[in-house]
Amino acid sequence: MAIEILMPTVAPSMTEGNIVRWAKKEGDQVKQGEVLLEVETDKAVVEVEAQQEGVLGKILVAEGTNGVKVDTPIALLAGAGEDLKALSAATPIAAAAASSSAPAAASAPGIASAPVQPPGGRVFASPLARRIAKERNIDLARVSGSGPNGRVLKADVEAATAAAPASGAAYEDVAHSNTRRVIAQRLSEAKRSIPHFYLTIDCDVDALLDARRQANEMIDGVKLSVNDLVIKAVALALRKVPAANAAWTDSAIRRFRDVDVAVAVAAPSGLITPVVRNADRKSLREISAEMKGLAARAQENRLRPDEYQGGGFTVSNLGMYGIREFSAIINPPQACILAVGASEQRAVVRNGALAVATMMTCTLSVDHRAVDGALGAEFLAAFKKLIESPIALFL
Amino acid sequence: MAESFDLVVIGGGPGGYVAAIRAAQLGLKTAVIEREHLGGICLNWGCIPTKALLRSAEVYHLMQQAGAFGLSASAVSYDLPAVVKRSRAAAAQLQSGVKHLLRKNRVSVHEGHGRLAGRDKVAILKEDRPVGELLAKHIILATGARPRVLPGLEPDGKQIWTYKEAMVPEAMPKSLLVVGSGAIGMEFASFYRTLGAEVTVVEVLERVLPQEDPEISALARKAFERQGMKLMTGATVKALSKAVTGVTATVTSAAGDTKITAERVILAVGISPNTENLGLEGTGVKLDRGHVAVGPWLETGEPGVYAIGDLTGAPWLAHKASHEGVICVERIAKVPGVHPLDATRIPGCTYCHPQVASIGLTEQRAIELGHKVKVGRFPLIGNGKAIALGDTEGLIKTVFDAGTGALLGAHMIGPEVTEMIQGYGIAQTLETTEAELMQTVFAHPTLSEAMHESVLEAFGRAIHI
Repeated sequence: MAIEILMPTVAPSMTEGNIVRWAKKEGDQVKQGEVLLEVETDKAVVEVEAQQEGVLGKILVAEGTNGVKVDTPIALLAGAGEDLKALSAATPIAAAAASSSAPAAASAPGIASAPVQPPGGRVFASPLARRIAKERNIDLARVSGSGPNGRVLKADVEAATAAAPASGAAYEDVAHSNTRRVIAQRLSEAKRSIPHFYLTIDCDVDALLDARRQANEMIDGVKLSVNDLVIKAVALALRKVPAANAAWTDSAIRRFRDVDVAVAVAAPSGLITPVVRNADRKSLREISAEMKGLAARAQENRLRPDEYQGGGFTVSNLGMYGIREFSAIINPPQACILAVGASEQRAVVRNGALAVATMMTCTLSVDHRAVDGALGAEFLAAFKKLIESPIALFL
Repeated sequence: MAESFDLVVIGGGPGGYVAAIRAAQLGLKTAVIEREHLGGICLNWGCIPTKALLRSAEVYHLMQQAGAFGLSASAVSYDLPAVVKRSRAAAAQLQSGVKHLLRKNRVSVHEGHGRLAGRDKVAILKEDRPVGELLAKHIILATGARPRVLPGLEPDGKQIWTYKEAMVPEAMPKSLLVVGSGAIGMEFASFYRTLGAEVTVVEVLERVLPQEDPEISALARKAFERQGMKLMTGATVKALSKAVTGVTATVTSAAGDTKITAERVILAVGISPNTENLGLEGTGVKLDRGHVAVGPWLETGEPGVYAIGDLTGAPWLAHKASHEGVICVERIAKVPGVHPLDATRIPGCTYCHPQVASIGLTEQRAIELGHKVKVGRFPLIGNGKAIALGDTEGLIKTVFDAGTGALLGAHMIGPEVTEMIQGYGIAQTLETTEAELMQTVFAHPTLSEAMHESVLEAFGRAIHI
């Protein structure tokens, strides 16, 4: 009996994904542990390994199909001696059918599952048309074919390229990537359902910058960023005020035992938040090195799910763009996000006299359901103290 | 009252009769007017009978080589009238076949010369006198072409031949001068040389088979010279003077004038379209350098009048005419999904020894058109079947677009390549890339494996080289 291969869950919260590529073709021998296909989730592209051995008898959902629900049969694996021909009689499942069945995921109540591409049945196109369409990033499903039975030919793709709105249209529609769709969905949901409040504090960072300069100058192979110091300060502040390291759930307030700090990174496909785990127990050197790796992989869209999932608190730093202060939208299910502004010289009043100091304004967005105002303020005060007396960060 | 048709085709050659049958299939009431013989030049005085002659030459050649195959044949000779008779029988058999096909498809066949006679009207003439008239909603001109005659080089049918006399020789000339090294010239040169004539070929361009890829031309030239042909390229025959003993040609080239005397001369310097006496005067049908000017759907400037085949210009090939006939008729019948003929997908075959076949762009032309190319070459000496056949002279050359992997052209020389070229033709029509060609399983041992290897070679993956 053929084994059905189901759409895998490659990330805990995943309800559907895109089949980016089949690494095996129909008829290929598949060994356990070999890469079978690549699945794109809302955050990354993940290689999926075969769980069983056999021959890939029939691919039911073609590569390039988006919005495939978890547990949908996507292929048939034939055991030893099984008749492949019998398998090939099985009908491929269109993406539309695959995506219309399951209800919207429970983790996003009230939100309809993201709309998917129009029905993705087989598009008849010549190999040359396919290759040119791929090069020019043209969706073959939208090209009308002039060949026999509507087969898309090279000339049709070329005509479609020529007709692209690039020439003369006042706008360009950029199709949603999965990442973009999920950002939209999650943040709309956060802003709509979480009662946000905001606490803003100014930190004097002269001592911090001085310490950073000294560290970078005196310790070989270390190049700390302000953000590395902020991460460490947040981690230590969370250790002091653990109630801020929390999440609201329907039944309880979840307090995280570990201090895992998520950091917002602008990746090409959109915002992603890789997590520095146990940041309170890591040295600045470790945090710095880890962040560099995470940011680089985020740029390449190659973060593993375990690198961006979870986290109890998020830091979002726009200081490098010269933003003085801003308020961030909470990254659910976490209760707090810290928006970090630029370090800049400002006139301050010190002991009744004007003075110049380098200041950094930070705004904490707080989910009032999980964290009250006083608690949030307590956290910010602890954070400010660590930033202004940075010696503790270097221990 | 003249009979009325949906379509009248003037000319029953490979363009006309195929158009007529396709029209009948599509439910059009169709007539064909043919003045001489159904099947046209191709079937009666061209493609088919020459292939029969060349087959005799090939078998004769193999018999001469019997020893190489471990066989013996003594007193190998030929009976020229019997060779010619066989060729004529092949033509006759096919002509009656075409007649039968037209009858089977209920195409009305009219003998005579067709001429436009006002809008929607075609006159049928015999010996220049009108003997009938047909009414037609659509008229396809498919009257073909005849050998081109250059001033000073007029055929006389006795010593100076065109293809027609060359096809029915009464005796084997001792020496032969062939003017023109295109397909027709080289096929006759090959036939007569194999049967023992001293053959000289004069070509005005710089290489023989000048329409082929230069690399193929060069290999062909070597092969012909090894067979004992004399090839003069970049040379023009200025004049022919006849004497009882033979014809003396004055040949001009960069090296100066030379005189060549041969018993017979074959003129193969191209063709002239048969546009005369078609009643085109006063119609919207326009000529362009002697050929009928047509649009992508073979339409002329006169509404309801179309032209196909040799009339409309190069390549002057039967299969081009047939294909144009089908496209034209399907367009008339509003069949969905009809495409204009893509000139880069018309194969060309020359049945000399070794055979030459090609499709699409030459390497040079592809580069001129701005393609970055990948070129594959596979010599038949690396092909097992060619070695078994004892015929390893040949090369398969493929030209790909480096960026898209599109098969731009294929150029072949060697045994049976005229049969093999279709493989690449199908690949082009289906728009395969190198990937599908590489993935195709070619049977072993076949000459066609060399086609696979050539593709692999273009991408640095050839196995047997």
